[in-house]
Amino acid sequence: MKFFKFLLVGIFFGIVLVKSEAVSWYRIYEMFRFQSFHMYGIIGTAIATGILFIQISKKGYIKSIKGKDIIVPKKDNGLIRYIVGGTIFGFGWALIGACPGPMYILLGTGVFSMLIVIAAALLGTFIYGILKDKLPH
Amino acid sequence: MEYILNPWPWYITGPLIALVMALLLYFGKTFGMSSNLKTLCTIGGAGKFSDFFKFKWKDQIWNLMVVLGAIIGGFIATQYLSNDVATDLNPETISELQQMGFKNAGATLVPNEIFSLETLTSKSLLLLIIGGLLVGFGTRYAGGCTSGHAITGLSSLQKPSLIAVIGFFIGGLIMTNLLLPLIF
Repeated sequence: MKFFKFLLVGIFFGIVLVKSEAVSWYRIYEMFRFQSFHMYGIIGTAIATGILFIQISKKGYIKSIKGKDIIVPKKDNGLIRYIVGGTIFGFGWALIGACPGPMYILLGTGVFSMLIVIAAALLGTFIYGILKDKLPH
Repeated sequence: MEYILNPWPWYITGPLIALVMALLLYFGKTFGMSSNLKTLCTIGGAGKFSDFFKFKWKDQIWNLMVVLGAIIGGFIATQYLSNDVATDLNPETISELQQMGFKNAGATLVPNEIFSLETLTSKSLLLLIIGGLLVGFGTRYAGGCTSGHAITGLSSLQKPSLIAVIGFFIGGLIMTNLLLPLIF
């Protein structure tokens, strides 16, 4: 079962995001109103821990399961796609209070209307795929 | 047990989210949830319409397993690892939302005013669809979402991810501070 470990990682991810309240629409609203440190604390400590992990693995102290170097894929250089695409995503994130991870997690918590959001997100992804070559990147 | 059932503090959950990223890197993969939307489009036959969707989706089954796990994790967390304690929001946030018509802010994870299927209105349906479209289109245009850019990209000190995260906040701040008060 080579996929089983990924299922476990996903379960862990889902539990952590619910218990952190990062899947709460209200927490996202509060974050964008600068009325609470909660979300900034989560994101900040996640990044700080992440930086630590990646720096340690770069020094060769941590290897992948296959004994190879840990590799983080490099994002392509660019400006417009990141700022414009990011802003469009930000609109959606603040409106429905969920990014692509929490969309699925919230479905698991019993918010079945997330199926509508996921279907629309699939359509949005599809529209991007159709328009990709006509958009500035 | 109470420690488990109550919400977990940010200084515990932040590092645990980094652990998810670390585990996936350790398994030779990368943390990115929005890619699954592309994979699902490909499985649905989107490759007939755009080459963007022509790739070996079977290489992404591992990530779909993460999604499946996330759904199960959401279920486990709410059914077995939670009490009914309300989200400890800023009182200012609660009264603000009340004025906008959101009752019981923080009692549930998402506001019934937008997400309840029983009281679904054409307005809330439209908001769900628009929100989903923006998330799906925006994440693919930006090449990642909170997990890919904000967590993985910033942890690996990548400039494109910093630009994307600045974009996330421009969009989020405009929506929450300017548009939501107009919508509600």
